[in-house]
Amino acid sequence: MNTKKIVVVGNGMVGHYYVEKMAALEQAFEITVIGAEPRPAYDRVHLSEVFSGKDPEDLALTTREHYKQIGVQAHFGDAVVSIDRENKEVITELGRHFAYDKLILATGSYPFVPPVPGSDAKACLTYRTIDDLGAIRAQARLGKVGVVVGGGLLGLECANALKNLGLETHVVEFAPGLMGVQLDEGGSGMLRSMIEELNVQVHTSKATQKIVAGKEHTLRMEFADGGALETDLIVFSAGIRPNDQLAKQAGLEIGERGGIIIDYHCRTSDSNIFAIGECALFGGKIFGLVAPGYRMADAALSQLSDSPQSFQGADMSTKLKLLGIDVGSIGDSHGKTLVDDKVPASFLYSNDRERVYKKIVVSPDGKKLLGAVLVGDCSDYDNLLQLYLNDMDLPENPEHIILPADDANSTAFSAMQLPSTATICSCLNVTKGDIVAAIDAGCTTVAEVKSSTKASTGCGGCAALLKSTVDTELAARGVEINNHLCEHFAYSRQDLFHMIKVGRLEHFDEVLNKHGSGLGCEVCKPTVGSILASLWNDYILKPQHLPLQDTNDNFLANMQKDGTYSIVPRIPGGEISADKLIVIGEVAKKYSLYTKITGGQRIDLFGARVNQLPEIWSELVEAGFETGHAYGKALRTVKSCVGNSWCRYGVQDSVSMAIYIENRYKGIRSPHKIKSAVSGCTRECAEAQSKDFGVIATENGWNLYVCGNGGMKPRHADLFATDLDDATLIKYIDRFLMFYIRTADRLQRTSVWMNNLEGGLDYLREVVIDDKLGLAEELEAQMALLLDKYQCEWKTTIEDPERLKRFRQFVNSDKDDSHIVFVQERDQPRPAKEQERDALTTA
Amino acid sequence: MTNAALSHSPFDPIAIFDRSDLQENAGVCVLINDVQVAVFYLPKESPSIFALHNWDPLGKANVLYRGIVGDLNGERVVASPLYKQHFSLDTGRCLEEESVCVPVYEAFIEGETVTITLQSRCHK
Ligand code: SRM
Ligand SMILES: Cc1cc2nc3c(=O)[nH]c(=O)nc-3n(C[C@H](O)[C@H](O)[C@H](O)COP(=O)(O)OP(=O)(O)OC[C@H]3O[C@@H](n4cnc5c(N)ncnc54)[C@H](O)[C@@H]3O)c2cc1C
Ligand code: SF4
Ligand code: FES
Repeated sequence: MNTKKIVVVGNGMVGHYYVEKMAALEQAFEITVIGAEPRPAYDRVHLSEVFSGKDPEDLALTTREHYKQIGVQAHFGDAVVSIDRENKEVITELGRHFAYDKLILATGSYPFVPPVPGSDAKACLTYRTIDDLGAIRAQARLGKVGVVVGGGLLGLECANALKNLGLETHVVEFAPGLMGVQLDEGGSGMLRSMIEELNVQVHTSKATQKIVAGKEHTLRMEFADGGALETDLIVFSAGIRPNDQLAKQAGLEIGERGGIIIDYHCRTSDSNIFAIGECALFGGKIFGLVAPGYRMADAALSQLSDSPQSFQGADMSTKLKLLGIDVGSIGDSHGKTLVDDKVPASFLYSNDRERVYKKIVVSPDGKKLLGAVLVGDCSDYDNLLQLYLNDMDLPENPEHIILPADDANSTAFSAMQLPSTATICSCLNVTKGDIVAAIDAGCTTVAEVKSSTKASTGCGGCAALLKSTVDTELAARGVEINNHLCEHFAYSRQDLFHMIKVGRLEHFDEVLNKHGSGLGCEVCKPTVGSILASLWNDYILKPQHLPLQDTNDNFLANMQKDGTYSIVPRIPGGEISADKLIVIGEVAKKYSLYTKITGGQRIDLFGARVNQLPEIWSELVEAGFETGHAYGKALRTVKSCVGNSWCRYGVQDSVSMAIYIENRYKGIRSPHKIKSAVSGCTRECAEAQSKDFGVIATENGWNLYVCGNGGMKPRHADLFATDLDDATLIKYIDRFLMFYIRTADRLQRTSVWMNNLEGGLDYLREVVIDDKLGLAEELEAQMALLLDKYQCEWKTTIEDPERLKRFRQFVNSDKDDSHIVFVQERDQPRPAKEQERDALTTA
Repeated sequence: MTNAALSHSPFDPIAIFDRSDLQENAGVCVLINDVQVAVFYLPKESPSIFALHNWDPLGKANVLYRGIVGDLNGERVVASPLYKQHFSLDTGRCLEEESVCVPVYEAFIEGETVTITLQSRCHK
């Protein structure tokens, strides 16, 4: 039997979903996907996050390698230019021909640019692809002001992007209100005033007549009402238009206002050609959201199986964060549905002081929810959506659902009450029943359910509901979630931290007796050692603590492959005097150590035998050096750039700040190492955005970034707070670090920790800045205690003869380890390789 | 003198040193005729002292005495400080790699005196 050839045109979100699903079918197909964009499919929904620090690569939904692995032929950067329906093949721009048995059009849509004279200027841009982002960023660098044309969902998201790029931002809307499709007048008005408070200027009822060269800025927009606005760039976000040219040329039926017409099976007027996603027109409608596109893909795919499903239209409810403001819209938010010729009733709660607007539209008999609008507070969204989607009965007084909950009238309902047909994740079409089935099949964590059902891997809006569903289901089965540290402790690191703190336990033995079993191991001992240090900051080589330390902490140096050690003195902020440089040079020379400048702006001395460490450190301490904790899960370096003392661009003294920060936090033990950096201006020479916490100077103070790292999976830090004064900056860092130390898992760096925090960055802001948990004072006090108890571990060690015994190679001999042999390379020693050593020792 | 002390011949190479040279719940190293021996002291266990060759056959360096001691599924072990494989304190067997074993030696404490012999106890 010939395998059927499937060709997919377009590798956007929907095209990719289709390909992935198809490749997973048991039946074998020959799948080819052709995408016009130069890269494999990515998450367009989260495009704007690139402007708040996310790497475009983090948006990738797949890779070329992955397609290869699942047997899909993929071609990127080439567009299909015609369809030869007679010979059943498509032809690309590069002249390639691909034969098909079934053709899937998933060409998506493009941003509509109104035909205003001048709208083809270089500074007029659109916002849909990763390449668009590059163009916007490049143009933004040249100017100060940016305008978004279009006050819909995408336009407002784009406004946020311009704001993040540091532009003075305007939104120009043709209609009288913002987000007219989703919001009613009241909601839209509330949204407008909240946006204006963020210094984004909103101009409504403005029709742009022409765009000409500006006087003070690059462009000048002239409006029908006689007004004008000067700007350096314009992003058009005035709606989308389906990419239907290809289909039109091929003679497929096209809607009056565009869109490839499809039936319930997502079939076009040619039964061998399907159309899915934003290029398709169903029931006279284009569905501009990703979830309906996925449903179309499912329906199209099922036509190849024995049990075809149909596409029946889709729910267009949305929940979004626009410019940091929660906005939600469900069903018929305008209250236009007539039920038995009767108008629906609506209930409204509006609170100007707290900036909250909520409206529900209910059937005339008050029994069912027809729609809702939420602005400023979306906490009811999940509940309302479930009531709406599952056609559930409303409580007797529906208004209680949106009134601020006090204990008396709390209407929050539990996931238990949902029927098993309830959709939990609408992007991936996962029902409560699917989740229950996954748990029955053995999943015991949210992560497992996620990877098994794919729930919550789309827009992420359902994360909270998914978690509560999984948790209630697990609890109902009496399952406890296992995040045990190791076989000796049936607790997570966070639990242990709490128990040790509350029980005021100070020794590993106490902790083991009270909460653990067995002797311990190389996992729990260092973890408990680190917690004890984070809580009480005792000298870590006290006899009761010493056996807990990882080898490096145990000898206060980093073990190298041959059993020798490296030594990293602290050089705060990377600043070092000539005298100190000379001392390091002299010590290295005297003990024949290999020296290297590290990637962290300090100097590493390699090749010290364990018995040489105390002597070397005596000399370093004598010269005023302290330990650099290169061995510890602790603060490593705070890199700096030279800042405004020397640099012509610097706006603050980054070196002084880096030194201050490094000296402040040196020595505190944490779940993993912590790195930081301070840059003197936005040129960012210190690479602060790749650090666990990074500080960048602004004209008005400091911007704080958090949760970045280099290493195995680099991540850019997120902008956390802006224009802070010195004291506030330090206060936030204190709280941030202490909260991390308290709640992170073992060996979890800040980025992974934050990703696992429910609520992510926003939640972290609520805890650190808004003090939502009421913890701020305690966190600061704990930090103060740690700072107060700082000591240089090496200084303490060399002053205590008992401790120095630990650094003997042999307790019964003064000999050296004969296996350690060095050879010279580029005028410095390095460990001999095996052959070299054999040659040297037999000679 | 205990029986154990009597069981070695006076000609076996041995090391004798003070109990105070041991490190509670951790290791130290002794040299016997150019052989490096890692000696671990777990005061609450019985026996309380264990001696293994100091050579980490996987990390290829003389470092075992600097590892963390503990137990895995009830077996007393030291974790190599280089790459964290576990070696049984009782048998020298490597828990991760079946074919690997480090020599284990006789060791005992009498009063304040520790004695280590080069009598090998390795059984693959
Ligand atoms: C010495 C140095 C390399 C050098 O010659 O430049 C180095 C050496 C080691 N790094 Fe590193 N890292 C060094 C800078 C870095 C940097 C660059 C930086 O800090 O700007 C990074 C990437 C930035 C980051 O961490 O976010 C880096 C990412 C890592 C990682 C990966 C961490 C991650 O989250 O993915 C490890 C592995 C780990 O920690 O688990 C690691 C682990 C190590 C260890 C501890 C590996 C080991 O166990 O032997 C090395 C021992 C150091 C020693 O013996 O002294 N090193 N390492 C650098 C010391 C900087 C210092 O002054 O303290
Ligand atoms: C900034 C932004 C934010 C958004 N936020 C949300 C949100 O919060 N929630 C939500 O549900 N939706 C959101 N959307 C909409 C969502 O991204 C789309 O619904 C979804 O991407 C549609 O998928 P698609 O595959 O149909 O089209 P696309 O993702 O546009 O993919 C179509 C692909 O086909 C390619 N193509 C076109 N013609 C050809 C050709 N002739 N040959 C080869 N390739 C071709 C295109 O280059 C493109 O890569 C957002 C969109 C944007 C731009
Ligand atoms: S970051 Fe700015 S201030 Fe610092 S060195 Fe670079 S240009 Fe100068
Ligand atoms: S609803 Fe979008 S990921 Fe679940």
